[in-house]
Amino acid sequence: MSPDLLKLIFGRLGIDSLPLHEPILVGTFIMVALGGITLFAGVTYFRLWGYLWREWFTTVDHKRIGIMYMILGIVMLLRGFADALMMRAQQALAFNGSEGFLPAHHYDQVFTAHGVIMIFFVAMPLVTGLMNYVVPLQIGARDVSFPFLNNFSFWMTVGGAVLVMASLFIGEFARTGWLAYPPLSNIGYSPDVGVDYYIWALQVAGVGTTLSGINLICTIVKLRCPGMTMMKMPVFTWTSLCTNILIVASFPVLTVVLALLSLDRYVGTNFFTNDFGGSPMMYVNLIWIWGHPEVYILVLPAFGIFSEVTSTFSGKRLFGYTSMVYATVVITILSYLVWLHHFFTMGSGASVNSFFGITTMIISIPTGAKMFNWLFTMYRGRIRYELPMLWTIAFMLTFVIGGMTGVLLAVPPADFVLHNSLFLIAHFHNVIIGGVVFGAFAGINYWFPKAFGFKLDPFWGKLSFWFWVTGFYMAFMPLYVLGLMGVTRRLRVFDDPSLQIWFVIAAIGAGLVFLGILSMLMQFAVSFLKREQLKDVTGDPWDARTLEWATSSPPPDYNFAFTPVVHDNDAWWDMKKRGYQRPLVGFKSIHMPRSTGTGIILAGFATAMGFGLIWYIWWLAALSFIALLAVGIGHTFNYHRDFDIPADDVIRTEDARTKLLAGAK
Amino acid sequence: MTVAVNPVQTGEPVFYLADEHPHPEGYSTSLGFWIYLMSDCLIFAMLFAAFGVLGANYAAGPAPKDLFDLDLVAVNTSMLLLSSITYGFAMLTMQQNKIAQTQMWLLITGLFGAAFIGIELTEFAHMIHEGATPQRSAFLSAFFTLVGTHGLHVSCGLIWLVTLMVQVWRYGLIEANRRRLMCLSMFWHFLDVVWIGVFTFVYLLGVLR
Repeated sequence: MSPDLLKLIFGRLGIDSLPLHEPILVGTFIMVALGGITLFAGVTYFRLWGYLWREWFTTVDHKRIGIMYMILGIVMLLRGFADALMMRAQQALAFNGSEGFLPAHHYDQVFTAHGVIMIFFVAMPLVTGLMNYVVPLQIGARDVSFPFLNNFSFWMTVGGAVLVMASLFIGEFARTGWLAYPPLSNIGYSPDVGVDYYIWALQVAGVGTTLSGINLICTIVKLRCPGMTMMKMPVFTWTSLCTNILIVASFPVLTVVLALLSLDRYVGTNFFTNDFGGSPMMYVNLIWIWGHPEVYILVLPAFGIFSEVTSTFSGKRLFGYTSMVYATVVITILSYLVWLHHFFTMGSGASVNSFFGITTMIISIPTGAKMFNWLFTMYRGRIRYELPMLWTIAFMLTFVIGGMTGVLLAVPPADFVLHNSLFLIAHFHNVIIGGVVFGAFAGINYWFPKAFGFKLDPFWGKLSFWFWVTGFYMAFMPLYVLGLMGVTRRLRVFDDPSLQIWFVIAAIGAGLVFLGILSMLMQFAVSFLKREQLKDVTGDPWDARTLEWATSSPPPDYNFAFTPVVHDNDAWWDMKKRGYQRPLVGFKSIHMPRSTGTGIILAGFATAMGFGLIWYIWWLAALSFIALLAVGIGHTFNYHRDFDIPADDVIRTEDARTKLLAGAK
Repeated sequence: MTVAVNPVQTGEPVFYLADEHPHPEGYSTSLGFWIYLMSDCLIFAMLFAAFGVLGANYAAGPAPKDLFDLDLVAVNTSMLLLSSITYGFAMLTMQQNKIAQTQMWLLITGLFGAAFIGIELTEFAHMIHEGATPQRSAFLSAFFTLVGTHGLHVSCGLIWLVTLMVQVWRYGLIEANRRRLMCLSMFWHFLDVVWIGVFTFVYLLGVLR
């Protein structure tokens, strides 16, 4: 075939795009391929494709979509953590003339992929998954406002993850750092597909995130059960509301920034170039106007989880509910007024820097208020040290340290010394792992019995907890030390042998965290095997306080046979205290949304379009775009998206639960 | 929502609705669409900001004074404003359940919209022909992107309009179609408001600069 024809069909994709010369990648590919084939064969052998398609891929049930988000987050955690282990090993080895084991070309992709994956495809899915699962239950709703959109959002997130994963074996990922600053990320310095993978993965996933934000705001505003006024909403619902407002008010900014960068790269415009009047610093400003709210998008739901957990496991009403709500709202607003602290060194002058330094420090006030609220909730409580509570206590200790180093970095003169050093790396891992990751784990351990009807195994859970916590401290405290000594981030080799010991300690810490992750996977496996022993039929294994515990575990498709009526902040606690009797008769048919395959099909075309654009395969991009449009419009011609669960089915489900409950007594 | 009665314990606090009706279809749609519009508004806000930062960076290339033909832009603006009025008429006739007239007003709206896009493309073609391409300077990059994004939105609106006309033709002015026409109405007027911003800040102030 002529080169022109090949180029027309494959764009810039060729045999040389496959990283056959990189043994690490070939090995990884073989492992992934073997795993994938085994999974594929297993699903085919057990004839699960039909089940998966009908019950999971096409579902519009917020609970199942939530679980799928969690699975996505945990799978991507393994990938992101593999990158982390490689970096720690590289930095521990590359001393005394050694180049380590990662060539620069590869190492730069590893640290970029690590950041992108951990934020967009681990933290975001975990947080969105928990919100998706829990919020409708907490507000006594049957589903979210736009169930089809929910399914579509999830698959768009998966589409982004697929593109990032594809970059591992087809071509390469960006070598720019996780925010892809120009001019480095512009076409002149990054002519390869790496940055294009970055752009399209985030654009595809970003559509999903924005739509899921709109969806959850509407759900919380419109679908609360009778009696649940705004100030009677559970704190997790409040933090979810604020997070989704942040999502809707910040992700469009990311969309624009990445779109402008793509225009620079594809069309040759001059937004972020060095010449023709472009301004690279505008990119940095714009992306942090998204980026700073993003960290609160992640941490606010975690704050909500800790609030639920603290109050449940202390057996007390949450201390300072109103202040908790106001603190959350204040953080939501302030998070838009601090973006410049990420680049004090831009040189915007003393006045601007002091403004952003002060707003940054002010955020620690509402956050501190929250911390005291949790402490006072625990004070004189009957604390049960179950797994969710352990993660919460680890969070409180760890997050305070991270918060204090954050305030330190908010001082512009100090930041001039510490900017882009390992001190910064230690700081944000301190708050993201200590806040978001510990929060997600607290949430998983807390709500797992709700989702599956059995608790998670405490032995492996505690093992995982201790490995994670000690591993975290060993991995990141040395980075504070190194940062104070002036070591900058993203270095591949070192000259000064006296630094090596710290990197070795950090690598051991990362190894401990690895054991923590393995223990967690073990915890899931063991719990599944011991599910009869760990079973909970009451639906309320923790003696908890909010509405999600009022229904069965796992909840029926329709969540509540009758829509609950709420009289108190701790609605379920109030119901239990006042002798609530579960209704046994009078069930009616329930109106529910119907499953649809449109979401996964649309997301598939969007992903294919992204792939076409990345590799300049224009026909693929154009066809996928047309297909996207056609399927999308076709979907609007379907006016019958709902169905009724017959009363008989409701009666059967509820009677089965009545029997179970009777057996438990 | 009907009155809550607890069949088991009359007189006790009510903990659930014994007799309820599901939320009507499209219960959250206008709120959801409104929030979507606000997120879209942010997209334009960012493009305006980019234009604000880069709008004077001509890189020794053409400036607004050399490029903009305010007469043409005025005609174009009137196309879009008229289309907003005719869309309003479509909504009024929709409320009176007059399908044929609704369709007619929608068609006229679409023609105005198409005229707007046509004039805009002519303007772009003319500028590019004169060497004022998006690649020429940061000012032109920002100009083409901001105005082009608006034009792209209007084009999407046109596709949507045609789709809705087909749906009204096939299924009549049923509740779902009314809701959809309402959403497109919000979208269409929103684009009008954004255009006022473009007209003012890009064209008028640009020529003054």
